[in-house]
Amino acid sequence: MGITVSLENMEKIYERPKTLKDKVMHYCPGCGHGVTHRLVMELVEELGIQHNTVGVAPVGCSVFAYYYMDIDMQEAAHGRACAVATGIKRMMPDHYVFTYQGDGDLAAIGTNETIHACNRGENITIVFVNNAIYGMTGGQMAPTTLLGQPATTCPLGREQAANGYPIRMSELVAQLPGTIYVERVAVNTPARVRKAKKALIKAFKSQELKKGTSFVEIVSNCPSNWKMTPVESNKWLDENMLPYYPLGLYKDEISGE
Amino acid sequence: MAKVKGAVIINTENCKGCGLCIHACPTDTLGFSKEINSKGFNFSEMIKDECIACMSCALVCPDAVITVYRMKKDKAV
Amino acid sequence: MSEMLLMKGNEAMAEAAIRAGCEGYFAYPITPQSEVAEYMAREAPKHGVVFLQAESELAAINMLYGAAGAGFKVWTSSSSPGISLMQEGISYIAGAMLPCVIVNVNRGGPGLGTIQPSQSDYFQTVKGGGHGDYRLITLAPSTVQEIADYMGLAFDLAWKYRNPAMILMDGALGQMMEKVQFKPYTDPGRDLSWSTRGKPEERESNFITSLFIKPEEMEQVNLQLQKTYREIEQNEVRYDSYEVDDAEMVLVAYGLSARIASKVMHILRDKGLKVGLVKPITLWPYPYKILSDLADRVKGFFVMELNAGQMVEDVRLGVNGKKEVGFYGRMGGMIYSPEEVAEKAEAFARKIGM
Repeated sequence: MGITVSLENMEKIYERPKTLKDKVMHYCPGCGHGVTHRLVMELVEELGIQHNTVGVAPVGCSVFAYYYMDIDMQEAAHGRACAVATGIKRMMPDHYVFTYQGDGDLAAIGTNETIHACNRGENITIVFVNNAIYGMTGGQMAPTTLLGQPATTCPLGREQAANGYPIRMSELVAQLPGTIYVERVAVNTPARVRKAKKALIKAFKSQELKKGTSFVEIVSNCPSNWKMTPVESNKWLDENMLPYYPLGLYKDEISGE
Repeated sequence: MAKVKGAVIINTENCKGCGLCIHACPTDTLGFSKEINSKGFNFSEMIKDECIACMSCALVCPDAVITVYRMKKDKAV
Repeated sequence: MSEMLLMKGNEAMAEAAIRAGCEGYFAYPITPQSEVAEYMAREAPKHGVVFLQAESELAAINMLYGAAGAGFKVWTSSSSPGISLMQEGISYIAGAMLPCVIVNVNRGGPGLGTIQPSQSDYFQTVKGGGHGDYRLITLAPSTVQEIADYMGLAFDLAWKYRNPAMILMDGALGQMMEKVQFKPYTDPGRDLSWSTRGKPEERESNFITSLFIKPEEMEQVNLQLQKTYREIEQNEVRYDSYEVDDAEMVLVAYGLSARIASKVMHILRDKGLKVGLVKPITLWPYPYKILSDLADRVKGFFVMELNAGQMVEDVRLGVNGKKEVGFYGRMGGMIYSPEEVAEKAEAFARKIGM
């Protein structure tokens, strides 16, 4: 038994956002998707935009995002989230529209839709969770799998000669004139979670300017398919993911300078 | 400076026992339970009254099961 | 009634969609229907209609999914290879029960094929195309006037049943100029309660999906779809028939072929053969019953299609072995002349004892 503490004279300073449905998410213990879901729903609650936000879920581990996020959502075919979001946003230009996509969805099968949405400068926010692996299908190589990193379809580790290089999407979309804001963040420490939330808020709010696409890449973990404990996976992320996927701001034209 | 006093309430039934909050806690207030919840997880719980209401645990919690409380300012000791 | 105009089929289609109150059009250029996108690019902004040229047909159909899922009256058009590329999205649209209109201006295939007209996408349209047990409400115009008339109807049927509707025509109809008169259109009203336009406080969040992991749920969704399909089959079968009352042989043809069939019928009648014509307007639901009824009193049916014999299978289903069914087709973008078909049909007529 843990200890019991009195809450007398205490005030609540943090609780689960009401925009996150009262359901246990299907994610594995320690998965960064849970944190990212929570952050997006926190900002929807804090900005008071539940009534005019529409999300697009991908195919991948976060395919069921609409079971958890208490907003109107659409489930897109694998890779097509940015096209679906484009359709929604073009019809409702004053709504906040975002896609929530993993690396396979956004950077392999959906690269074309991603690049063209960014290049058109669709006024949507793309939330890109990069955990360097295909989670839902059971640990196959992703476009962002690191060189040397084992996956079930590259059991000896990704080899450049056979599989090419891990793709850096933030760097890529930041080159496109249609993007207005591109930042890469992580959710593996409390400080980074705070920073990730700031980035997400900035990205969502940038939609009000109608000046282009906002793109937030969240470097995340996959304890189950990396075959590590959650704590180990966050350490591995620091040591292996971040050197190849450096955190930071890649583009910020929000102020218009 | 007076030490901030806090407390957390954990929805232990929905906790998956990932341990990220325990790792993130700067005061080692949290630990794994000896018992398990209905899903078979050793959940996270307060094992010491050392909480400083920093919210680190709640920030890294992937299942949003942690509610954080802080002693009201006028009541601080 | 509005004034009589002379228009290309592709342009009449676009104009009819605007007059039917479409709110958005997403498409990728492909011959022989690029005029549709050009017309929409020019005219849509004048009517507050959203126009977007997508980066691919794959993107276009998914933009349609998004816009339809938000409850907007939207459509797209393409031609065979592009429609093939859209099949994934069409299956998802059907699975998610989204109303929208897709036009296929059929060209010859398979593969990159030819840009000349064909009816070789019949199977793809009415027997599947994409994966899963779904159906597309399919309308087949045979004149520019019918293209204009069916556009509003396609939207209305799509919204009435929350199911995608397809207009299946061919490159010749898209390219030909004919007189056309746009009939006044009134929207019958649309239920938007399921759409994703942002969650107000008073209702639960809506979501659009075709994913139901539990087989028990997925079966229920399928049963719901099948129930809708039975209703559509019950209520929406459409066809025209010509001179079938005294007919001993009935020609069956749709779209461009129906125009030619009409001429074939007259050639054969001039030769003293009692020939009628059934022109299916809905290819799904298919007018099986009229064929079944006619089979009780005619000597045979002769099907003509610009393909290797696709709709003829449905004619045989309707006739159900009661009478002989003959067939003549051309492929690869070639169009038969009335005389050419009349010769084949006459030989068939003699064979069945006429």
